[in-house]
Formats: sequence, structure tokens, C-alpha cells
Amino acid sequence: MTIALEARSVVKQYQVGSGTITAVDGVSFNLERGEFVALVGPSGSGKTTMLAMLAGLLQPTSGSIAIDGEELFGMKESVRAEFRRRKIGFTFQANNLVPYLTVLENVELLLRLNGQYNAAGKRRAKELLALLGLEERLNVLPRQLSGGQQQRVAIARSLINRPALMLADEPTASLDTERAYQVVETLANLVHEQGNAGIMVTHDLRMVEYADRIIQMLDGRVGQIVTPKDDLSCLADPNAVACRLITAEELGYAEARAAA
Amino acid sequence: MFTAFHLAFKEIWRNRSRFLLFGLVVALITLLILFIAALGEGLGSGNREYLQKLNGELIVYQDTARLSIAGSLVGCDTRASIRSVEGVQDEGPIGFSSASVVVDGDPSLDVSLIGVAPGKPGEPPSIVGTGLARKSAKETVIDRTVALVVGAQVGDTITIRTVQGGEDEFYTLQVVGISESRKYSIRPSIFVPIVAWDEIRAKARPGAGAEDPACNVVAVKLEDPSQIDVVRQRIQDRVDGVEAVDRKTAYENTSGYTAQQSTLSTQNGFALLIGVLVIGGFFQIQTLQKVPQIGMLKAIGTSNSVVALAVLIQIVVTTLVGVAIGGLSSFGLSLLMPPGIPIIFEPRSSATAIVSILLMGPIGGLVSIRYSLRVEPLIALGLR
Repeated sequence: MTIALEARSVVKQYQVGSGTITAVDGVSFNLERGEFVALVGPSGSGKTTMLAMLAGLLQPTSGSIAIDGEELFGMKESVRAEFRRRKIGFTFQANNLVPYLTVLENVELLLRLNGQYNAAGKRRAKELLALLGLEERLNVLPRQLSGGQQQRVAIARSLINRPALMLADEPTASLDTERAYQVVETLANLVHEQGNAGIMVTHDLRMVEYADRIIQMLDGRVGQIVTPKDDLSCLADPNAVACRLITAEELGYAEARAAA
Repeated sequence: MFTAFHLAFKEIWRNRSRFLLFGLVVALITLLILFIAALGEGLGSGNREYLQKLNGELIVYQDTARLSIAGSLVGCDTRASIRSVEGVQDEGPIGFSSASVVVDGDPSLDVSLIGVAPGKPGEPPSIVGTGLARKSAKETVIDRTVALVVGAQVGDTITIRTVQGGEDEFYTLQVVGISESRKYSIRPSIFVPIVAWDEIRAKARPGAGAEDPACNVVAVKLEDPSQIDVVRQRIQDRVDGVEAVDRKTAYENTSGYTAQQSTLSTQNGFALLIGVLVIGGFFQIQTLQKVPQIGMLKAIGTSNSVVALAVLIQIVVTTLVGVAIGGLSSFGLSLLMPPGIPIIFEPRSSATAIVSILLMGPIGGLVSIRYSLRVEPLIALGLR
């Protein structure tokens, strides 16, 4: 399979007063196209910082991140912004949609930004929204949608350009359980069907069942990499003996699968 | 580029009430600025119109008068000397005073009573009737404003009141011509022969006019107007006790003119400053409200130039709409203004005011544009 994301020894440190805080400490992992990964961990474990670096929005202190074989921080900021809109799709916790654009216009925005606003692009936007059950809501504004519908629009927008990497930061944070399951299932299915690589940051361990792999972060490091078939109690209790510790050599989807 | 237009116009359209409301604020500022400009033009014109449109290139004062018309007195000998200077084609005496025209039995219309020599520089051309013909006759050329207010036509007579020796004196003048508007000292003007003027003007003691009365200033017409500086210097060199200036210098030195124009310019400047602050404030508040949205747009790869251009387009469109509404309202209101109010929408000063207002939008919005450029996606989206 094609490697969509390769993170190697990624470190992020912040200067706080005279001291240094290490938010991410030597994290490495790969993601392949068609793979959907959940990034879990307690607050302060570094998962959001890691997501920001994977998105190209935050420069690592050291280490490298490559998407589709291109080193993210080897390019200028303006080039990275252009790369981001071509290769990376985003779904955030909130404030996902442009409030004055309709559902369809929000999804088409990425097409406009990428110069792909043509008949084929428009058709794909409608198809994607239909796939997400929003074919009746194309011309309404975001404020007329429920939270779950808004997240589904954001998912459609993040996937409209067939990005190499799809990032979702707590996409179910503001949803009830039923909607949350629907959204994550949809996200996972689309990633699998379209051959993107997807990472979902979540603190809700119920949502990881649709993931191919679960990467737990603890104190800025990769704590465990497991699959939904494993005993997941360790994710709630990092000290549980049932959890396997993954070494650097084991990192990578295929190796982890084999090890499992 | 097109995406910036798309974002800008969609936001305006879907929030049209808010943008229209703000456009109306810009319209009110436009109205204020245009009216101050028109008032400045009206008052300025009322002060300078006669001198500005004078049919002579130079105005000669008594040199000790420091360019004060009321304080200047030029005698006949001096006029003869001026006339003999090489390059001078003609000269004419001008005397300034004030009077009241009787309207419906009441001397209620204040006018500038200007004495000129018939057919000489200083007498305005008549658009109806003839010019002044006789040196000492009780005849007059009235400007159009007087004709409109009094309802006088050529051949009619008007009565004016002056004060002589502490008593009201009334004189009847025959209207021989009507000139274009020739306001002086914020009053419409009536023109009489200089000898008649000397007789009827306000003075300490009543009496007949002198045969060749002294005047306040002398208007000089040149053989070659392009030689104005040369001839001006020549007059000053060869004629004792005089100071010659061009028309612009003359009206800029009329009493209170510069102070009045400076005051109005300052008011206009402050109005523009208020406009800049209001527009800047509105768009800054709007940008602050949109920080998460701008952060999200940047996070998904929208370039800074698209974000900034969208804000700029909104500022320009809002300002344009406001200026259009304000400009049309000003025009409409100007049609309803009574003729006595010194409001003149002169194309050049109105255009300058409009361009200033159009510029104040982007200038006022610079802070919000800069702010939107500095929005950090990570912070805006709570990812840091």
C-alpha cells in the first residue's frame, strides 16, 4: 500500500519563561492510504499539538513529516498553504463552516480555492453530500442545520479534493452519541472507500471502534498502538498490563497489524 | 481572486441588513462632508465671487492698506499713473460700500454697493439689458440674485437705503442691466457709476459725489495677461504708494476669508477623520467577530491574499454604496435649499470630497485588513 503520511521523530518544544516544555517527544508513525486511525490520549498528552504539526500549521522543533512523499516543512509558508488545500482535509471541533455560505457553497469552496470549480467538481460535491445524507439540504445555511449535519458538511468539504490526508479534531465533541457514531462511521467509510488516510483525534474511546488502528499518546509520546480488536481497557488505564507497548521498530501499519 | 469576490459578496448579500445599515452610516458621513464642502464653497464664493470674476488681471491697493479693501484709498492722480504704465490696457476705479434694497416696502435685502466706472474694468458684463452708460446717473446693474429676490427687471426702478450723517437716506435707481451673480462679502451686489456711488454710499455727512472720487482699489486690465508678474512689478516700481496683486491674492486677503475657509477645511478634515474611525471601527469589530472563521479559512489553505482581498472588497463596496446614497441625498437636499443659504455643490470640490470619502474606507479598514492577515489558524481554532 502507498504511504500517505510519514512522521519521524517529531518533537515540539515550547519556551515557557526560562524553561522548556516538551509537548511532543519523538513521535513516529506511518499511515497508509485507505487507513483510518484514531489518535487518543488524555488532555495534555500532545495529540492536538501533533495534529497541528501534521496539518502543517505548527512547525516541529525537530523531526520530519512527509505527506505523499513531500516534506511538509521543507516548503515555504505560502507553498505549504497551497499544499494544505490540495493534500490535507480538515474537520474541526467547531467553527467548521463559513456561516454565510450554503451547504453546497461550503463544500465547493475548496474547489474554488483549488481552481477546480467546474462541472465535474460541482457534480462531485453534490454526490458527496448525497452520500452523507444531505441531498435535501444543499441550499440551506449552516445555522439551519443540526450539529451532526454541520459535521457531515465539514467532512464532505474535507474530502472534496480527494486529499492524501484527512484530519479530524474531536469531530464528535458537540454531538449526542447516536450522531457521533454516525459521523465517525461515515468518516471511516469514506476514508476507506476513497483511499485517503484519516486521523481522528478523540477523547471519546467509544468512537475508536471504526478505526483501523488506535494510537495512544501519553506525555507527548506514543504510548500504545492497538486495534479495536485488542483489549482497549488499557486506553482508559495506561498502566493496565493488557496493553502492549509498541517499539519504534514496530511502528507502521503493516507491522502493527502483523504484531496484532 | 474570484474566490475573494465570491466570499466578499456572499457575506454582504447574506448579511445585507447589517451592511446596508453601515452603508447608511457612511451615507450620513458623506452627506455631512459634502454639505460642509458645499457650505465652504458657498461662503467662499460669496466672499470672492466679484473679485474672482473681475474683468481685469490685477487689483491695485494703497500700499499702506496691507491689502485691506476697506482700508485702501486710491486717488485720481494715482489712477492716471497706473494707466500710463507700459502693458496696462485699461484701468477702472472700484469703490465698495453696503446698502439695503427695499423689498415690499422694507429695506430688507443687504447688498454690496459697488461703484465702478462705466465701461471700465470692474463693471460686470450684463446678461440682460445694457451696461452702465453715464458717469453720474442714478442707474444700476444688479446681479441676478438681487433681481430674483426683488423681482426687478431691466427698466424697473429699485430703492436703496444707506446711512449718511446718522440718517437713513433712500435713493431710487433705474435698473439698466442684470449681471451674473457677483457676490462680495457674502452679499449680492448692485453696481452704480462711481460718481453716483460716492454720493449715495454710507458716509459721515451727506453730500454730492465728487467729479472724480477716490476709490478703494483700481482694477487693471493688461494688454497681455501672460505678462502679469512683469506688469505687476512695473506698476509697483513706477507708481508711488501702491501695491498690485492678482485676483486670487486679492480675494484671499478679503476680511475673514482665509479664517473662514480654514475653519471649514478643519471641519471637513475632522469629519473625514471621524469617517475613517467609524469605518475602521466597524470592520475591526466585524473582523474580531470572524476570527475563528478566518482561522478556519486559513487552516484549509485559503491564502492571506484572498482573505485580505475579501475584506478590502467589502470595505470598498460598503463605502461605494454609502457614498452613492449620501451623494444622491445631498443632491436631493440641495434642490430643496432656499436660495439665501450659501450652499454651492461645485463639481471640483464635491469630487474632491467624494474621492476623500472613497479613500477613507480602505484607509479606515487597513487595521482590520492587517488584523485579518495576522490571525493565527491554530489560536483561532483553539488548537494551541
